[in-house]
Amino acid sequence: MLGFLARRLLLAIPTLLGVAVITFLILRVLPGDIVEVKLRADGGAVTQEMVQKERVRLGLDKPVIAQFGDWMKGLATFDLGNSMWTGRPVTEEIGIRLALSAQLAVMATIVALVLAVPLGTLSALARGTWIDGAIRLLTMAGLAVPSFWLGMLIIMGLLAVNAMPPLVFRPFFDDPWSNLKQLFWPALAIGYRYAAVVARMIRSSIIDVMGEDYIRTARAKGLPEGKVVGRHGLRNAMLPSITVIGLEFAFLFGGLAVTEQVFNLNGIGKLFVQAVTQRDFVLIQTIVMMSAVIFVVVNLIVDLLYAALDPRLRVR
Amino acid sequence: MRARQPLRDFATNQPLGATALAFLTIFLLLAIFAERIAPYDPVEVDFAAMLSGPTREHWFGTDAFGRDILSRVIYGARTALGIGILASGIGCALGSIIGVASAYFGGKTDLIVQRFVDMLLAFPIVVLALVVAASLGRMPVLGIDLNLVVAIAIPIIPKVARVVRSAALGVRAMAYIDAARTAGFSHVRIVLRHMLPNVMGPILVLATAYVAQAILLEAALSFLGLGVAEPTPAWGLMLAGNATDFYREAPWVVIFPGLAVTLVVLAFNTLGDALRDYLDPKLGI
Amino acid sequence: MTAPLLDVRDLHVEFRTKRGSVKAVDGLSYQVRPGEIVALVGESGCGKSVSSLALMGLLTKPAGRITKGEILFEGVDLARLPEHEMRKRRGRDIAMIFQEPMTSLNPVLPIGLQLAEPLLQHRGATVAEARRRSAELLAMVGMTDPERRLDQYPHQLSGGMRQRVMIAMGLACDPKLLIADEPTTALDVTIQAQILELLTSLSRQLNLAVILITHNLGVVARYADRVNVMYAARQVEGGTAERIFANPRHPYTRGLLAAVPRLDRPRNAALATIDGAPPNLANPPQGCRFGPRCAHRTETCETDPVLAEVEPDHLARCWHVDAMSNDQEPAPPASVRSGPQREPILTANGLSRHYAVKNGGVFSRRHGIVRAVESVSFDIMAGETLGLVGESGSGKSTIGRLLAGLEEPTAGHFSIALGDQADATARRRAVQVIFQDPTTALNPRMLVGEIIAEPIRVHRLAIGKIAIDARVASLLTSVGLRADMVERYPHELSGGQRQRVGIARALALEPRFIVCDEAVSALDVSIQGQIVNLLEALQRELGLTYLFIAHDLAVVRHIADRVAVLYLGRLMELGPRDAVFANPSHPYTRALLDAVPVPDPVAERARGTRTLKGEIPSPLKPPAGCVFHTRCPIAKEACKQSIPPLRETAPGRFVACLEA
Repeated sequence: MLGFLARRLLLAIPTLLGVAVITFLILRVLPGDIVEVKLRADGGAVTQEMVQKERVRLGLDKPVIAQFGDWMKGLATFDLGNSMWTGRPVTEEIGIRLALSAQLAVMATIVALVLAVPLGTLSALARGTWIDGAIRLLTMAGLAVPSFWLGMLIIMGLLAVNAMPPLVFRPFFDDPWSNLKQLFWPALAIGYRYAAVVARMIRSSIIDVMGEDYIRTARAKGLPEGKVVGRHGLRNAMLPSITVIGLEFAFLFGGLAVTEQVFNLNGIGKLFVQAVTQRDFVLIQTIVMMSAVIFVVVNLIVDLLYAALDPRLRVR
Repeated sequence: MRARQPLRDFATNQPLGATALAFLTIFLLLAIFAERIAPYDPVEVDFAAMLSGPTREHWFGTDAFGRDILSRVIYGARTALGIGILASGIGCALGSIIGVASAYFGGKTDLIVQRFVDMLLAFPIVVLALVVAASLGRMPVLGIDLNLVVAIAIPIIPKVARVVRSAALGVRAMAYIDAARTAGFSHVRIVLRHMLPNVMGPILVLATAYVAQAILLEAALSFLGLGVAEPTPAWGLMLAGNATDFYREAPWVVIFPGLAVTLVVLAFNTLGDALRDYLDPKLGI
Repeated sequence: MTAPLLDVRDLHVEFRTKRGSVKAVDGLSYQVRPGEIVALVGESGCGKSVSSLALMGLLTKPAGRITKGEILFEGVDLARLPEHEMRKRRGRDIAMIFQEPMTSLNPVLPIGLQLAEPLLQHRGATVAEARRRSAELLAMVGMTDPERRLDQYPHQLSGGMRQRVMIAMGLACDPKLLIADEPTTALDVTIQAQILELLTSLSRQLNLAVILITHNLGVVARYADRVNVMYAARQVEGGTAERIFANPRHPYTRGLLAAVPRLDRPRNAALATIDGAPPNLANPPQGCRFGPRCAHRTETCETDPVLAEVEPDHLARCWHVDAMSNDQEPAPPASVRSGPQREPILTANGLSRHYAVKNGGVFSRRHGIVRAVESVSFDIMAGETLGLVGESGSGKSTIGRLLAGLEEPTAGHFSIALGDQADATARRRAVQVIFQDPTTALNPRMLVGEIIAEPIRVHRLAIGKIAIDARVASLLTSVGLRADMVERYPHELSGGQRQRVGIARALALEPRFIVCDEAVSALDVSIQGQIVNLLEALQRELGLTYLFIAHDLAVVRHIADRVAVLYLGRLMELGPRDAVFANPSHPYTRALLDAVPVPDPVAERARGTRTLKGEIPSPLKPPAGCVFHTRCPIAKEACKQSIPPLRETAPGRFVACLEA
């Protein structure tokens, strides 16, 4: 088990390295860098000299390989560098926003699972009835509604009933009520799509599993349908759904980026969009690496869960 | 299996899918003939009609610059469908070639390709597209920003490659591929003539579903200010910027573009599901 | 005579599909008495499995339903029983085991729990009681170390073991009736014998009635007391096994019995066949369902025949039962073939093929090597048919793939004698393959014409559309298809027709040598005979050489000139057909022949039981020494130590056994 963990973490290194190389190449090979964006934003005349000076200050004048080497060295020593825009350490920039985004992600996941598991199961078992039809429509809509637009509709609705959520973020442990009031709605906006994806997966895997031979065996034993579904169906159907739940969690970042914008929340997603707009390479790199690490870790957890649920994957 | 009258057969088997197809055809026509159909010039500013609600003159109302929202939604269809179809097409074409080749040749080739695909899959779609879009800058051709298309197509490639590869592995195991090999056919012939046609079903389904994804992604990027640039009418862009200032006063500014995205994406997803059920009744889910 | 336990009367089952309703069972009546083994026989799609699912109340809802008839079980009509009443009987009074032991057990639950379920459900047993009883049941079905097995998962057991677990599960609540739906079709012949012997002895021991659903007439003859033959959703004949095998009165039954190649009869020149293919049940023919394929058809047959008694305990559904005389039409005996030219066209020397495999779970990264083929040497003479037989894991298909160039040997080599001027492409063309499953052997996106024309065009064997079309047409004619088939897609053809197209495609390249890889195994008996005859005719006409790979010994005996027997990737025995079949030298060959039941109840009962013990070892960990020693009845200590070499015991006869 420990050996497995160690091996998996070792295997993750090439993946992460690959992500780093790709990110770096995309960012550095392409035209336009932060210096121009930044100096232009300040207004006034920009001389070639000023640009050059700033480049040197940020290390952008070095060859690409050297820049990459510097970054890797920094990663290895946990010195992730400073934001090119604000000059503050990226760890600090991210740190002050992490709590909000992490909480939002967890809440969105909870919303998604609370909706998806019962709806997906019900839809599969009531296959072909109007209940199934209604749930399928709901999930199809979940895949189609852009989460930022859903967020805007929610805000419009809240405005209409004069129930605007608080605008200032209060950490959960300082003021849980205000915190939840603020984050519930964005969590719903993100979680709806998540729920739709998961519910569809649960539905289809339950339907698949219910057609398996061992379900027929269970029925031939005279088990009541509840036990057939509960004991023989759901556990097998959980397997593919776990993968989807994990993958979607790892990719919640996309939802955060737009939803934080709509609800004007100062989280990682918003920070990332800002960094991209401003070509803040250091910040972009760090956040991308962060999301890749999350991806790797989530995949690992999914594999462990799989092994726990499926004896075929355990050590003999 | 191949039906002799595919379209009619599809319509009788999958009425919902056929409805979605009809709906999308209408949108496609709107996009193509936008100049003739749209009542106004989508970029024409009319300060006399700022933030007008839906009226007989402006069915969907006007925005803060007095531009006609209906006309902008119609022209927006051109942007959305153009970018969506192109990006999905490019992504699926490249992804399919990679997937099929990887499955056919197997061994080391397969291993290397898979590692690369795994790497790309570790990026959240929006992150990858955002970074690429921001780095590439803009390159409009015929009113469509090709660099944006590339940015949206790139995250699609690995996802398609993975699904097509597993479908192709199934085909690879079929005896007719062995038969083609014993007959001494070239690799190119086997891949193009025997493998590709037999994974076209899944590819078609994926391509449809990824048009929907691409449209959503384009809308999100435009909304974040990193996609389509003003003044090109695009649904995501119509929701960006100061649209949010008028939640109370002018809800139509927000409602109609979002509705357009939702309906088109819904239609593409429905069509994709119907295609899947039609092409592979076993998966009938 | 005892009262029947089960009395099925005029059962009708319908399936509603998008394209209309299909009568899957259209009039089936039979009785089962306690302790009796009753067989339901027929080819695929004849309704035998559906009828038994109907008995269990397990038809797929809502598409399938019983439309007419009664199923009286101990006097209660199961067809009209509400689901909650039916459920009480399932697993308690009636149990069922299925064809696919690999998928019929839940992969994520331990065996013990799955065994205990019926006990907990119907007997109200406590967990401890259920566990004790489960262990007893496993011991009863012949599994060693039952306590430990209870905590194992299905993937840790072989197919035969899983089927034993299924039987144990079925017997948990002492049912009165056990339905076995093709219980051994997915298993190897030596394992099949073990499972069926177990079933019969349990039936006798527990006075258990068994409904045995099978397509295998040999199995029926060996194990069944009574037989019901089904064709195209209808019962065509029924009665005691002796009567039906001794004197079949329906032309379909007669045709089937004649079409099966048999180990217990002299070999005939050609197999008897039934022309055509079974009808589509969505649109069955008027009158007698078998009419279109029947040689005895008259105008009377346009009206439906009724199932009538032809003698006591023997029913048949045919207007012409009296015309079915008891004498078998004498089949022409095998003519001595003009001896194949005695020069080898193919010489294989020490062929080996190993695969590296990853062994299992998420946590493990152990790798193993499967020795699929291990230094096998043989010659194939020009114009002859070499039969290659063996059970799963024997490596017989791998050898075929090696010779066809689909895989590269790990060690050893083979050469094909083609004359000096043959280049690489000519060599490639010279060897073609006919595959097992005709549904996957043809590209579903291509027309039949394109499929056959493609190799001709690629290798420029004919130039120009007219020449190519003519060649395709003549190939189609030579495999017994009409030339207008070129416009069809494979899915528009029947299984037999598809296999003919596959043969035509192989012939298109004018090969010298054809690998027939289980070429008739996926076909129903009535079609199988047609294809075997076609292959033989083509061999005579074109002077072809065949490597005929099959697990069905009777078919191999019919078609092969010489036979090679493989076990776990090694060659056990090689020799002329008649010598090997009449007087096998290797104990494995002997055991294989003993395990095959022949379709004659009298002969079968006289034969007694001689089943091979144990399981086929995993090819990942083949036994040291002689690979067969773990199951061999005559193994000595020496067999565990040294690998027996292949010795020539008589001219042309080779055996790899220390004791033979």
